[in-house]
Amino acid sequence: MQRYVCGICGYVYDPAVGDPEGGVKKGVPFEKLPEEWVCPVCGAAKDEFAPE
Amino acid sequence: MNSPFKAVKMTDHVWWVGAIDWNIRDFHGYLTKRGSTYNAYLILADKVTLIDTVKAPFREEMMERIASVIDPGRITYIVSNHSEMDHSGCLAEVIAAVKPEKVFASAVGSRSLKEILPIEREITAVRDGEKLSLGNLNLSFMETRMLHWPDSMFSYLNEEQVLFSQDAFGMHYASLERFDDECDPAILAYEAATYYANILLPYSPLVQKLFEKVTAAGLNFRLIAPDHGPIWRRDIGGIIERYAKWAAQKPTDKAVVVYGTMWHSTEKMARAISEGLSRGGLHVKLMSMSEAHRSDVMYEILGAGALAVGSSTLNNQMLPAIADVMTYMKGLKPRNLVGAAFGSFGWSGEAVKQLEGILAEMKVENGGEGISVKNVPDDEALSRCYDLGITMAEKVKGRR
Repeated sequence: MQRYVCGICGYVYDPAVGDPEGGVKKGVPFEKLPEEWVCPVCGAAKDEFAPE
Repeated sequence: MNSPFKAVKMTDHVWWVGAIDWNIRDFHGYLTKRGSTYNAYLILADKVTLIDTVKAPFREEMMERIASVIDPGRITYIVSNHSEMDHSGCLAEVIAAVKPEKVFASAVGSRSLKEILPIEREITAVRDGEKLSLGNLNLSFMETRMLHWPDSMFSYLNEEQVLFSQDAFGMHYASLERFDDECDPAILAYEAATYYANILLPYSPLVQKLFEKVTAAGLNFRLIAPDHGPIWRRDIGGIIERYAKWAAQKPTDKAVVVYGTMWHSTEKMARAISEGLSRGGLHVKLMSMSEAHRSDVMYEILGAGALAVGSSTLNNQMLPAIADVMTYMKGLKPRNLVGAAFGSFGWSGEAVKQLEGILAEMKVENGGEGISVKNVPDDEALSRCYDLGITMAEKVKGRR
């Protein structure tokens, strides 16, 4: 599944890992993340992310 | 030019040319009781290089220190390790004055500097791992995004093993002593810790990742030169060890009780909880927000295992001073805490629920049910508070 990079801080969202701290189980593709989901490192919104 | 401001020699080629801010006491919400310094460094290589500048009002001090060893017009390269204005504040003016061949920053820095400062010319973006030749010496760059800004990077002078670490390993401490071995170790220990707690704590996972990366690269450091405070020369191992410890956020046997009170009732509850926590074997720091500063609370939170927060209810809200410290604390993301909320109220009493909401958002482990008491706590209520302290202490001790 496609990984996405935060344009602000470089954090990589990897669907294989999910975002456990943010309540996102592994296997969730980036497109399916809720609109309010933010980068767990710097708080940037989804629209700051780009495919890796 | 005969200014009293002189450069300080660090190695054969590196000089400190920064500024000392003896009087600053507020650093965007962080109480800096010992003032600070803005460190800039000059590398007298074939290509004379300036690492970072200083906060705008201190530009002349820096320029005079540079002039004490070389004509500033000879500066060929300027490197910005960090865009924040205590280090970039006079960059535009310095560029205009010395007309360097090139100005370097991280990819993010090369954009953000032009967004916050009146800089027209191009800033060259450098990549993680890129090496810049200064002629007889070489400068490597290491991206350190979110330590503590997106633009942050380190520079490393290979031949002399000097790490220019911008805010990392720094502290707000104004002094004429420039090196760690010249300073009181107790002051360094305190100021380095409170700096970490107030500035770097939320990025602890990134600190750990950075350490892995640096260890893998096998770098040795003769000097660590941060952008605030003394240069690490003798106790490099010590400060790195402490950063690793703070970044791991392993909880200790320390409890912090923070409270606000209107007529001493919440205070009485705070004292009873503290006695219980102590009886349960924890070291307790009791902090009234009418007296304590938010940055001092964070110093105590560093490494703490338990947090109890108390507030009266004022116009359906927690007290403003409590909202202040909890907003600040939440942003700094302390981890591995056991917590609980408490407070006395007159009639509506929303504060305790609001505090529990914040503790949950902060992912604080529930240490016990919150205690809400109408008016003045009687012996029974104070006994419940004491027991809450005991319960929280048991939870903290049970995890270790």
